[in-house]
Amino acid sequence: MNIRNYMRIEFPSLPENVSFARACVGAFVAQLDCTLEEIEEIKLVVSEAVSNCIIHAYDNNGNKKIVVMASIGDERSLEIMVDDFGKGIADIKQAMEPTYSSDVSRMGMGFTFMKSFMDDVEVRSMVGEGTSVTLRRKFMYHDREALA
Amino acid sequence: MRIEFKQVRSTLVVKLSGEFDMLIAEKLRREIDSRLDSKQISNLIINLEKVTFIDSSGLGVIIGRYKKIHAQKGHMYIVGAAPSIEKILVFSGINKLIPIYKNEQDIINI
Repeated sequence: MNIRNYMRIEFPSLPENVSFARACVGAFVAQLDCTLEEIEEIKLVVSEAVSNCIIHAYDNNGNKKIVVMASIGDERSLEIMVDDFGKGIADIKQAMEPTYSSDVSRMGMGFTFMKSFMDDVEVRSMVGEGTSVTLRRKFMYHDREALA
Repeated sequence: MRIEFKQVRSTLVVKLSGEFDMLIAEKLRREIDSRLDSKQISNLIINLEKVTFIDSSGLGVIIGRYKKIHAQKGHMYIVGAAPSIEKILVFSGINKLIPIYKNEQDIINI
């Protein structure tokens, strides 16, 4: 991907920072001139990925590190990376199944939202070292389509 | 996020405003459950009129309260969800378990 612009934020794994992270990425993505609905979808997937870090990777321990990066490439493509340095996922396939959650009081919808609203979701994880979630999406050219 | 509680006979109305994510999820769960456990409440209405964002942490609180209310043979409703919020509720399938109405008056009228 030919990167045209990028951002990177790092913050502790506090619940307050879930809204901070999604607002940051939402504001960054706005330069793609996408619809409000698309920005809401991006904010949702960032919220899910960052919440996963806090709840699952760090077991709600608030002083661990989360890194969120986003980059914009050619053809209105967006790539978001959410990295933690927590306990890792032993079975990625199972973790990504709809309604699966290691915590029964939760819905297990996080990865389902990510897979539904993004073109591609890639999860790399090492037990004991951390997890990196990469979310990719290309936005259609609304205006050009409307004119065509 | 702001949380307001109102009790009308055996129905607890919870009115939320702001962003409904993990920051508020645990506190809201505790506050609703303490009221469900201590008072004579059989029905629950969640008013999302002023909610601007919801993710799976918020949905988890709603579905958890539904299970509790359902086990007690009560009824639960969601009201006032904006289109962007309703889209997520429908996507999650919550609307198949919990009826969604435009406003509180609509429930009283049924």
